[in-house]
Amino acid sequence: MGLTLTKLAQWSAAGYDTGTLEITPLNEAILQEIIMFMEGFIYKYPKEAKYVFVEPLEWETSLELSAFESGYVVSETTAKSEEVDENGEPLLFLSVPQIKIRSFGQLSHFLFMAKDEKLKEAQACIEANRDPVAKILGSEYNTMQEDSTAFNILDKINEDDDPEIGIKIKLAMLLKQLDLHLLNHSLKHISLEIRLNPVSVNKDIELLKRFSGKGEQTVLESIEYTSDYEFSNGCRAPPWRQIRGEMCYVLVKPHDIEALCITCSAEGVFLNGGKTDDEADIDYERKGEIYKDLVTFLTEKSAKFSENMSKHAIDFKEQQKEMDQPGETSKEEADTLQKAITDSDKKPLEKNQINFGKNQMAKRLEPSLNWKATVDFKDRKSSGKDGQEEKRGGKVEGRTSTSPGRPQLLRKSVERIEEIVSDSSSESEEDEETPDHRQEANADLPSEYWQIQKLVKYLKGGNQTATVIALCSMRDFNLAQETCQLAIRDVGGLEVLINLLETDEVKCKIGSLKILKEISHNPQIRRNIVDLGGLPIMVNILDSPHKSLKCLAAETIANVAKFKRARQVVRKHGGITKLVSLLDCAHHSAEPAQSSLYDARDVEVARCGALALWSCSKSNANKEAIRKAGGIPLLARLLKTSHEDMLIPVVGTLQECASEESYRAAIKAERIIENLVKNLSSENEQLQEHCAMAIYQCAEDEETRDLVRLHGGLKPLASLLNNTDNKERLAAVTGAIWKCSISKENVTKFREYKAIETLVGLLTDQPEEVLVNVVGALGECCQEYENRVIIRKCGGIQPLVNLLVGINQALLVNVTKAVGACATEPESMMIIDRLDGVRLLWSLLKNPHPDVKASAAWALCPCIQNAKDAGEMVRSFVGGLELVVNLLKSDNKEVLASVCAAITNIAKDQENLAVITDHGVVPLLSKLANTNNDKLRRHLAEAISRCCMWGRNRVAFGEHKAVAPLVRYLKSNDTNVHRATAQALYQLSEDADNCITMHENGAVKLLLAMVGSPDQELQEAAAGCISNIRRLALATEKARYT
Amino acid sequence: MNRKKLQKLTDTLTKNCKHFNTFEVNCLIKLFYNLVGEGVERQGTTIGLDRNAFRNILHVTFGMTDDMIMDRVFRGFDKDNDGCVNVTEWVCGLSLFLRGSLEEKMKYCFEVFDLNGDGFISKEEMFHMLKNSLLKQPSEEDPDEGIKDLVEITLKKMDYDHDGKLSFADYEQAVREETLLLEAFGPCLPDPKSQMEFEAQVFKDPHDFNDM
Repeated sequence: MGLTLTKLAQWSAAGYDTGTLEITPLNEAILQEIIMFMEGFIYKYPKEAKYVFVEPLEWETSLELSAFESGYVVSETTAKSEEVDENGEPLLFLSVPQIKIRSFGQLSHFLFMAKDEKLKEAQACIEANRDPVAKILGSEYNTMQEDSTAFNILDKINEDDDPEIGIKIKLAMLLKQLDLHLLNHSLKHISLEIRLNPVSVNKDIELLKRFSGKGEQTVLESIEYTSDYEFSNGCRAPPWRQIRGEMCYVLVKPHDIEALCITCSAEGVFLNGGKTDDEADIDYERKGEIYKDLVTFLTEKSAKFSENMSKHAIDFKEQQKEMDQPGETSKEEADTLQKAITDSDKKPLEKNQINFGKNQMAKRLEPSLNWKATVDFKDRKSSGKDGQEEKRGGKVEGRTSTSPGRPQLLRKSVERIEEIVSDSSSESEEDEETPDHRQEANADLPSEYWQIQKLVKYLKGGNQTATVIALCSMRDFNLAQETCQLAIRDVGGLEVLINLLETDEVKCKIGSLKILKEISHNPQIRRNIVDLGGLPIMVNILDSPHKSLKCLAAETIANVAKFKRARQVVRKHGGITKLVSLLDCAHHSAEPAQSSLYDARDVEVARCGALALWSCSKSNANKEAIRKAGGIPLLARLLKTSHEDMLIPVVGTLQECASEESYRAAIKAERIIENLVKNLSSENEQLQEHCAMAIYQCAEDEETRDLVRLHGGLKPLASLLNNTDNKERLAAVTGAIWKCSISKENVTKFREYKAIETLVGLLTDQPEEVLVNVVGALGECCQEYENRVIIRKCGGIQPLVNLLVGINQALLVNVTKAVGACATEPESMMIIDRLDGVRLLWSLLKNPHPDVKASAAWALCPCIQNAKDAGEMVRSFVGGLELVVNLLKSDNKEVLASVCAAITNIAKDQENLAVITDHGVVPLLSKLANTNNDKLRRHLAEAISRCCMWGRNRVAFGEHKAVAPLVRYLKSNDTNVHRATAQALYQLSEDADNCITMHENGAVKLLLAMVGSPDQELQEAAAGCISNIRRLALATEKARYT
Repeated sequence: MNRKKLQKLTDTLTKNCKHFNTFEVNCLIKLFYNLVGEGVERQGTTIGLDRNAFRNILHVTFGMTDDMIMDRVFRGFDKDNDGCVNVTEWVCGLSLFLRGSLEEKMKYCFEVFDLNGDGFISKEEMFHMLKNSLLKQPSEEDPDEGIKDLVEITLKKMDYDHDGKLSFADYEQAVREETLLLEAFGPCLPDPKSQMEFEAQVFKDPHDFNDM
């Protein structure tokens, strides 16, 4: 413990000798650990506990003499232990207030007697004995001169084998261990202690900004500072708030909830009172819990955020990492520290290493009054060479200029911002920014390089005849090979090729496009083409009267537009409209064959157009542009052809676009489903995949699902399940089956085609994309009794339960749903119980994702209903009930509704009801009562009605003001809500006060109407409630007159 | 020229040149006489466009610049080798020039490029035709080196039988593989833009013609 005490414990600034320990969480933690060690010492090491210290530990105690009990001789001002050393001296001697202790045994006893004062005593002891080890074991063990200890001990061992020395060494080792333990322990505290600072907060906000914007896929709608002024210390809060550690205030508008006004302070992130009426000011008061950072805060508050965040998680982390590089993160410091500590028994600690960590902790925010301009001109000048990046950089300018060493990296992240702003990503592939590696000069260059260089020279310096020859010759190289692609670029060929596109020479344009089309398969080349401004030129060529030119330009655009920025450029230059008009060619059936160099068949033109649109359709804005340009009817017409070459890009485009609601409607209207279904039976796997994918997207809509069935699409889907080699296609097909099986008629069909058995077979050894869909489909099928039986008989329950341990959120949501559906069958429930499925479901309540939580809670309901000994089972989950009750604090409506439903089921068992009552279920439920969500209302009312059955819960609900809002539920339009509410009111009306509240809120009139309901349960409950109210009224009357 | 004679001429030429219809032939004949000039019509002498007049048309109308190629194009039109293009040659030549099939064009182009008419395009002929195709760079020791290299490149690309010269078979195969090589050694066909302009101008408004 010597090391910890000297190095880590936070001594107050006073001199070393007389220092006192500051009261900090870290110190407290260290003391607690020491106390724990000492208290246990006498039991763990009884022999060593008797060892007498070389010098006593002395300090001033505040312990009263009266605290000393048996085993001590107590006089008026002194107390001494009965236990004595060889010389008859007592091992503990107290002469108020000075105390001397000379053995671990006595120390243990003493701490035991000190009871609540332990901490204070330990602190006093440590303060008075700055080097306890030296006093205990003798100065040769002095930890202050760490390096000599090991040698000294070894010397001693060699010198003699006195038993006391053995004990001493054992003790030395024990103390050493304690020391190590303390160091490690305090490390944990240090890492918790790390406070937010403006740099990290700004970084977080900057990053979130990039992922914000319109569209479904972004994490937030907007996030912005409340103030544009930034002080020189990086804070934006006004100085008088900086003193409180507040750094900035942010206005965040998530997709699914109200705008939040958030304070970022050194302690963490919390909700404040929001903007006050006079606009400029903010209500600084804290209105919610403190979270450790912005992301955690938002994850907790907005379900949409956490959902989209998980999609972007990788991107986000990467960027965070990227941005963290300049200033090393605290994590790394912690690592260094950790390493230093583990090394410490071999070599003396380097003091500065520790200090490094300490500095970080001690770093506090200094309030600042220096207004800092947003753009720092001096910095800007220094990075003049990054001019291009800066131009595009916009907001991150400041950052760009601070680290001129990494222009490449920055340029990329800047590009990304742009791309993300306008585009969502329905694509996963092709977007990675491959590092831009240029070939090393003078490295071993392949012979092609020199030949290509020569050809490019002729391209540059030749007339059109020479140019055409050079272009034709260049095509003889293997342009699919990266060396050639990069060689063309590296010798400046791309510029020339793009230049040629601007000439009037049709032959040169054709030749150039033929090459560009090939080399643009390379992601780097694509980027270079866009950077060189090639896309607008190609878009213009789409207007050319020469069809072959149109074709080539469209095909090249199809290749280049594989990444977001390119797609944006195409759109901005009107490319989408032009591409859509290419589709229009194909309806002249009688057409002359290719008559000249410059002609191509109309079908070919349309095919190339579709190819380009397919690439472009991966951006949301482009989808919209295609629709506006009238692309859907044209695509629908092309879909009627039978050329696979044509169908793949057409279906591919439709599939991409079907993610948009407007498209799904149009697809239905244009009778596209029929053709999609037809092409499911094509020979081409890729075509089948895209068709299935398109159906998957469209089948969210009920009418579409029916159309798929009516056009006979279910059978080919079911039969495609049997081919499991092509995983992409399998994922698309299972997806289509999942969505289609939302309709009951479709499920019946699937059962006929034996698809359910096949699906069960797909529950193992499949990639996650497939599993999500398979389980989703089974979940839908399970809604019917026959199918549940089939699944059980095929042994589907075991693999389903096994999937409960996964981490994929989409999968977990589907699996819990499927397992829940299976659990409605008592026989299946037995299997689930045997496989410990309920415990797994229960543990999913801890999942951070609200959808998973809700889905798990829903699934638990049938489990509790159908399990044998459900009450006992529920009790067997340690902490389970508390967990459920605490979920009532969530702010996600679906989670709340599901948890209420679960509580309704749990409360059927009296013992469990008692337990959840103890956990405070009543106030939590009452708090939720003011909701407008009918689903939540229904389950909440049911839960309240159940919970009334225990103790004085009825009264408690009244006390927590749950009754009045419940009465209002009767005005809802949902009969389910009526029934549940009437039952709850009936239960509550057993308490007189509640009856009064109900009456005051006009319940009687509403209930009277319900008595006439065709729903028997509702009738009964309403009548019962009225009768209770009436009875009370009668009783009061009677009381008045007697 | 009287109407009857014109009618007869038109019929004959329409029969011979499959790419034009009667109207178009008529237009071309009219154009021809416009170009030649009505006054020069005399009995006994052949009337037609001489080399210079024809080259002028090629240059102005079809934007050709290479003297040598234009000479060769004139030769291509002037089937009977009498130094001037008469009305039949004019219409037949333009038929191929504007509307010829790939096969016809290949044959025509090969004849244009085969300077000495020996059935092969030799290295020397290529060099001759390409010698102005590269920007002269004064820095280079041998200014012709680039041209020689270009000839080698072309030969490598087109000489399928590796005999160091291009036969028609070589040429045909190369062009079928890559149509861009049709005019490998210089533009001897109208470029699409001037072709369209020419056709639009000459074949415009049939009513004008009917009035005649």
